[in-house]
Amino acid sequence: MQFRVYRYDPDKDDKPYMKDYEVELEPTDQMLLDALVRIKEQDDSLSLRRSCREGVCGSDAMNINGKNGLACTTKLSELKQPVELKPLPGLPVIRDLIVDMTQFFKQYHSIKPYLVNNDPPPEKERLQSPEDREELNGLYECILCACCSTSCPSFWWNPDKFVGPAGLLHAYRFLADTRDQAAAERLDNLEDPYRLFRCHSIMNCVDVCPKGLNPTEAIGKIKTMMVKRAV
Amino acid sequence: MANVGRNTPVRKFDAVVVGAGGAGLRAALQLSEAGLKCAVLSKVFPTRSHTVAAQGGVGASLGNMGEDNWNWHMYDTVKGSDWLGDQDAIEFMVRTAPEVVIELEHFGMPFDRNEDGTIYQRPFGGHSMNFGEKPVQRSCCAADRTGHAMLHALYQRNVRANTQFFVEWMALDLIRDPSGQVLGVTALEMETGEVMVFHARATLFATGGAGRIYTSTTNAFINTGDGLGMAARAGIPLEDMEFWQFHPTGVAGAGVLITEGVRGEGGYLLNKNGERFMERYAPNLKDLASRDVVSRAMATEIKEGRGAGKEGDCVLLKLDHLGAEVIDKRLPGIREIAKKFANVDPVKDPIPVVPTVHYQMGGIPTNYHGEVVVPKNGNANSVVPGFYAAGECGCASVHGANRLGTNSLTDLLVFGKASGDSIIRFLKENPGLKDLPKDAGDRSLSRLARLESQTNGESYAEVAKDMRRTMQMHCGVFRFPDTLAEGVKKIREISDRVTRTEIKDKSKVFNTARIEALELDNLIEVARATMVSADARTESRGAHDRSDHHERDDVNWLKHTLWYKEGDRLDYKPVNLKPLTAESIEPKVRTY
Amino acid sequence: MVNRIVVGAHYGLKDWLAQRISAVVMAAYTILFGIVWVSGGPFSYNSWKSLFSQGWMRFATLLFVLSMLYHAWVGVRDIWMDYVKNTGLRLLLEVVTVLWLVGCGGWAVQVLWRS
Repeated sequence: MQFRVYRYDPDKDDKPYMKDYEVELEPTDQMLLDALVRIKEQDDSLSLRRSCREGVCGSDAMNINGKNGLACTTKLSELKQPVELKPLPGLPVIRDLIVDMTQFFKQYHSIKPYLVNNDPPPEKERLQSPEDREELNGLYECILCACCSTSCPSFWWNPDKFVGPAGLLHAYRFLADTRDQAAAERLDNLEDPYRLFRCHSIMNCVDVCPKGLNPTEAIGKIKTMMVKRAV
Repeated sequence: MANVGRNTPVRKFDAVVVGAGGAGLRAALQLSEAGLKCAVLSKVFPTRSHTVAAQGGVGASLGNMGEDNWNWHMYDTVKGSDWLGDQDAIEFMVRTAPEVVIELEHFGMPFDRNEDGTIYQRPFGGHSMNFGEKPVQRSCCAADRTGHAMLHALYQRNVRANTQFFVEWMALDLIRDPSGQVLGVTALEMETGEVMVFHARATLFATGGAGRIYTSTTNAFINTGDGLGMAARAGIPLEDMEFWQFHPTGVAGAGVLITEGVRGEGGYLLNKNGERFMERYAPNLKDLASRDVVSRAMATEIKEGRGAGKEGDCVLLKLDHLGAEVIDKRLPGIREIAKKFANVDPVKDPIPVVPTVHYQMGGIPTNYHGEVVVPKNGNANSVVPGFYAAGECGCASVHGANRLGTNSLTDLLVFGKASGDSIIRFLKENPGLKDLPKDAGDRSLSRLARLESQTNGESYAEVAKDMRRTMQMHCGVFRFPDTLAEGVKKIREISDRVTRTEIKDKSKVFNTARIEALELDNLIEVARATMVSADARTESRGAHDRSDHHERDDVNWLKHTLWYKEGDRLDYKPVNLKPLTAESIEPKVRTY
Repeated sequence: MVNRIVVGAHYGLKDWLAQRISAVVMAAYTILFGIVWVSGGPFSYNSWKSLFSQGWMRFATLLFVLSMLYHAWVGVRDIWMDYVKNTGLRLLLEVVTVLWLVGCGGWAVQVLWRS
């Protein structure tokens, strides 16, 4: 199978280039990550992040034939050859397929991604009805792979100011949690032409999310909460 | 060799935590909230640690679904361990479990709920009511993404506590002074290739397991036993390394985990004749027997020609009778995995599964405070000052010869927190930072220099492949005396080859070839410990099953193995059968 | 001055909401105008002039123009925010945009009430 992979090592390359690989695959090699592991056996200088290889840790997000996705859950049989692999767009490249995710995590951290409840903790669990718990479905499953944010034009232009789909999805995860008491502060934190309102419902995020989540919908719900509060 | 004081940068901390999975994060939280200056090192961004892949739940006798108590949980755990677990540690764990689970809920973990708003609990393998009578619902879960939900909640709480993370730093070696006290670690910043000394008054290893010594494993690529390798090189023994859990339900071929929660929710295993064969092997708990029992039953079915699939090399996990609604509500991740990795939709078809390496019961020997203990001056459990271990890399030992499902998450919460507390106590009692020994960074720097200058060596990837193959062939579900003996020989040869591995890539920037070669240094120690310990233990207990000694032998083998790297030396220490307050659970025949 | 990300400017909702509402107004006007166009028969200068001499039509058109101006203001401002990174230049462009749009508004009023 044929691959074209983005290569750049600041230690020795002046500028990035695309390198062609031809790999002999075994029948057990089903996913793109399996092929990348084979390529690395041929050429140990290819650098990429990977860990769980089952789509839950979020390490091996990359741009695959023009679309962001996880290498470990992308089936080789569904890819057009030569498979073109590039690092996630919109973030600085450290090396090869590895990007600097500082900006992405900064935005995630900026929404205060933790439950705020200042009541003294009870002896037992805080109660939550199954219906209220269901509100968190489609939100808490995010794996922070950054496929969404790095496919979002608004994030490309303003990665320092726009929270991005992943961060906003998490923001709504806490707004939607009946145990959280900081809804007002969270909305204040987001009421900003850049932080929230840069989202123009382009929906690239929904298109690429490897977990099938819908950040645009979550963002819409945040806006609704704001309107309800203001009107 | 370079002198650390002159050449290698040094940073000083109260405590350094190596690993940011469940145990590391739980301990770090304890330390940060106590206001200590604590550094957390992780090879990956914390939420990418392998805790994230845990599915089925965390065991705690909350009793939300009906009667339950810690005495039953304790009995199940001791029996699950095939009596190799230390009963003081087990009592401590099962008694603390409800408290740490409730805490986690307060941290924001999105547990599934019952109608009355309490945490939903599901049945799980080996967990029973009234000392083995019938299954009990003890596994607190968030659908089939419990580990993911837990790891994120713990990370988030650490963000709140302002914990200082060193992300994509790989710890290389443990620093001990001549008295044996631990004074931190050396570590490599992956992005720059720079080495730094983390000089700390207390060091906690929470580096997880080493399932990557096998070819077929549910473990992540990062599970390379770094803590175990570092400890072994620093002269600390590894305990009970012959015990590796084969999870009954890894997706055939891919090795990806399918939670036991599937069987907890009512799924069951079938052989090629469509027979629910577990009824023969465990008439009482059936498919919810202990993992070692189920895995052996599956391997027996396959061996005796009743395996399913084209090659007859797997069995089938049936769950379509649960209905799409239950599957989508309780097991959505499983449906996703089955579709992706097994090409079946479990709502319609059964999933082909095989026993797959999943969990390392052994590890760095600790007591139930998370303090590392080694034999010294006649004391089998003498504390190594300043050194702690928790989670899968530690061995308290609560899992003994076989871990119960859900107890891994319980373990990391309980012992993560306990080791954090122990460190806080130790720091209070021992103010001041001892000086670094002159040779603090030498071992790491010489390892790196060796890799840098090696020519005409073997590819690290090839050597690693041979190691994994050897482990898979010689130390599997069923073990045979001749293959084990041969395995020892082979793994020692491979161990020699590891000292001559070569990397072609010499770049300083994010050199993952170098990382993998360094990981292999750790893996090989674990592999050798496993093979040598397994070869020596002439009995069958829990996950260790020998063809020449089919029975458990409590007269000769009711003891923990201790493996030392130096000369592959083995030592043993007694199992603690005396709980803290409960009555001792005496060994008896183990049936499910 | 240090260059730091300041969290939350505490505006934006009004603009976002106004853009949605103005879009609805413009859509409604377009439909209304379409109906008038189709039902009004052959268009001549006179019929056109008499249509726009009616008070309600002038008012509706003014509403449409104001909506369009505010809609355009938010949209154009967003473009400046996305592409012009220099704060001073961005402010200048925003001021020019506002003046231009206000000017357009004045002109529209003049056109509507000329006769």
